[in-house]
Amino acid sequence: MRLTKHLLLASTAIALAAAPAFAQDATITIESWRTDDLTVWQDKIIPAFEAANPGIKVVFSPTAPTEYNAALNAKLEGGSAGDIITCRPFDASLELYNKGHLASLNDLPGMDGFSPVAKAAWSTDDQATTFCVPMGAVIHGFFYNKEAFEAVGATVPATVDEFFAVLDKFKADGTYIPLAMGTNDQWEAATMGYNNIGPNYWKGEEGRLALIAGTQKLTDEGWVAPYRQLARWKDYLGDGFEAQTYSDSQNLFTLGRAAIYPTGSWEIAGFEANAAFPMGVFPPPVQNAGDTCYISDHTDIGIGMNAKSANPDAARTFLSWVASAEFGTIFANALPGFFSLSDTPVKMEDPLAQEFVSWRDKCESSIRSTYAILSRGTPNLENETWNASVQVIKGAETPEAAGARLQAGLESWYKPAGM
Amino acid sequence: MASDDIAPVKKPFRWHILVFLLPATAVYTVVMIFPLLSTLYQAFFSQTWAFVGLGNFEQLFGDPRLSASFWNALRNNVWFFIIHMLVQNPIGILLAALLSNPRLRLRGFYRTVFFIPTILSFVIVGFVWKLILSPTWGVTSGMLKSIGLGFLFQPWLGKEEYALTTLALISNWQFIGIPMMLIYAALLSIPDEVLEAAECDGITGWSQFWKIQLPLVLPAIGIVSILTFVGNFNAFDLVYAAQGAQAGPNFSTDLLGTLLYRTFFGYQLQLGDRALGSTIAAVMFLIILAGVCIYLFGIQTRLRRYQM
Repeated sequence: MRLTKHLLLASTAIALAAAPAFAQDATITIESWRTDDLTVWQDKIIPAFEAANPGIKVVFSPTAPTEYNAALNAKLEGGSAGDIITCRPFDASLELYNKGHLASLNDLPGMDGFSPVAKAAWSTDDQATTFCVPMGAVIHGFFYNKEAFEAVGATVPATVDEFFAVLDKFKADGTYIPLAMGTNDQWEAATMGYNNIGPNYWKGEEGRLALIAGTQKLTDEGWVAPYRQLARWKDYLGDGFEAQTYSDSQNLFTLGRAAIYPTGSWEIAGFEANAAFPMGVFPPPVQNAGDTCYISDHTDIGIGMNAKSANPDAARTFLSWVASAEFGTIFANALPGFFSLSDTPVKMEDPLAQEFVSWRDKCESSIRSTYAILSRGTPNLENETWNASVQVIKGAETPEAAGARLQAGLESWYKPAGM
Repeated sequence: MASDDIAPVKKPFRWHILVFLLPATAVYTVVMIFPLLSTLYQAFFSQTWAFVGLGNFEQLFGDPRLSASFWNALRNNVWFFIIHMLVQNPIGILLAALLSNPRLRLRGFYRTVFFIPTILSFVIVGFVWKLILSPTWGVTSGMLKSIGLGFLFQPWLGKEEYALTTLALISNWQFIGIPMMLIYAALLSIPDEVLEAAECDGITGWSQFWKIQLPLVLPAIGIVSILTFVGNFNAFDLVYAAQGAQAGPNFSTDLLGTLLYRTFFGYQLQLGDRALGSTIAAVMFLIILAGVCIYLFGIQTRLRRYQM
């Protein structure tokens, strides 16, 4: 009997001594919308982290992009969300922080390696608290099929007039669909159309901040003119573009049936894997030769911690690794097209990625106009912009009417500070 | 002690009935009744659980934007239902009548073929039809061209004026098996003597169907109609699978179900609104309840039933 007691005591002591070691052996789960990147996370990023941090297991568990926000909100409310949350930029994540779902990361080692601009998308309005580590930005532009350009003798357009001249050439030639874009999924028209070409008209950050301050309106020329250009795109889209989906457009381009594809840098990896022809990229054309160019260099993806995580220490270890240069290099090279936001420059091998990132030097960077602050209410400006862009491209609504409708919707709930 | 013998034996309380009912009732309460009641309850509270009375309903019907999307969704839903009643159910009855013809060969084969789409998932049906109708890859435009009707082809799912009707017809294709089976079963239960008597009186062929069989299966048609009504006003899956929660083009395929989903759970940058979502769910519940009551008290009680 006494022996048993001693044994029990001894085993309890061992168990207690071993407890910290067990706590180290934690599994953390990452919530993400990047289903496309599953293999990159599983084969490159997670093994690199697990090798450096034995005892922490990482599971990458993505949800489809269009369902991510709704699913994540439901999981957080229900307490079944993962430890690490991939953060959408601006209000969606701010809302999660305000509800207490995301933890503050102000004291996370490595956070000082990011500029305030990079952190802005995941900070409170007063910039006092940051709740996600900035992970990557995407740059909008146009992919083009180099073989197609050679076949019809087109050169890369720099101005809007040249752009339409190239499109006319392809239309006259008839071999290629000039522009690969459809309106079925709606967001393409807004994200890859309106917010791609728009910054050149509203002058990037200048116009975006003026809109937030209330000194510009969506009915102003700078905001209506991009719709005017979109309306002209209609004639160059493929037959039945009304029912063409995002993946249809991607396939049309990578199969070599379309010449130009308006999109963003996030397509690089997928396109390089699927397209059999050489590709190039060009920034959104400016109105007159020599104009300052503006690009949408959108802080798109960050990563934060579930405030109710069962493994906060392991999660913080992971996040501070994400903030390190090691992660930055793996990420930018494994996923060319997602550009590191770190102050430390990251060396990239991919030529298309280098081309995209080179625009940062010659053009002014801005972010998507509808993401910060202006999509906080109902009607939601981002979702309304999807609808308006589609209606304008189809010719069902004039650019002026679309601008007026969006402005009226925005004014119904948004009062600029100090106005 | 003769009286004791005559007195009825007191039956013990039949506990086993309760015991047998309990599991089903418990499961049904947990997964159906409780969520339904709590959704109705939630419709009277704000997002932050402050009691607002009918405030959410006032907002839903008073706010010009919200009420516009609500009425748009309701209108679309009514049209969706009309198409089902005009296309799916008559064709279902017709197929059932053909199947019940004793001279038809390969009856089991046809029955199975018509019923198969019903057991497919919405996601598969939505995706397959989206591909069939796709202007880029689909077979439709090629097939129409090969019979000289290429000019008829349109990107139907992408055009505001056709998208909802197209989706309704896809849904008809999928669910044609339900009315067919229910009415086929009703037709089979008509005794042969009745039909033979009709033949003796010289009523054969189509007039036999109109005069004898159809009146006898009217109760089944009523059940089919009410099932269609409930199914249509709860519809969500097909639109979501084919067009996404934004129910494009320009909300022309927005049903009450997709509106509820967008409002309750949020979509893209739009955040979910639990209170308004529950309000829409409550209104949907009332619409369906009203429809079912009209049927139960207004129609079913007047249907004549024949003892067969």
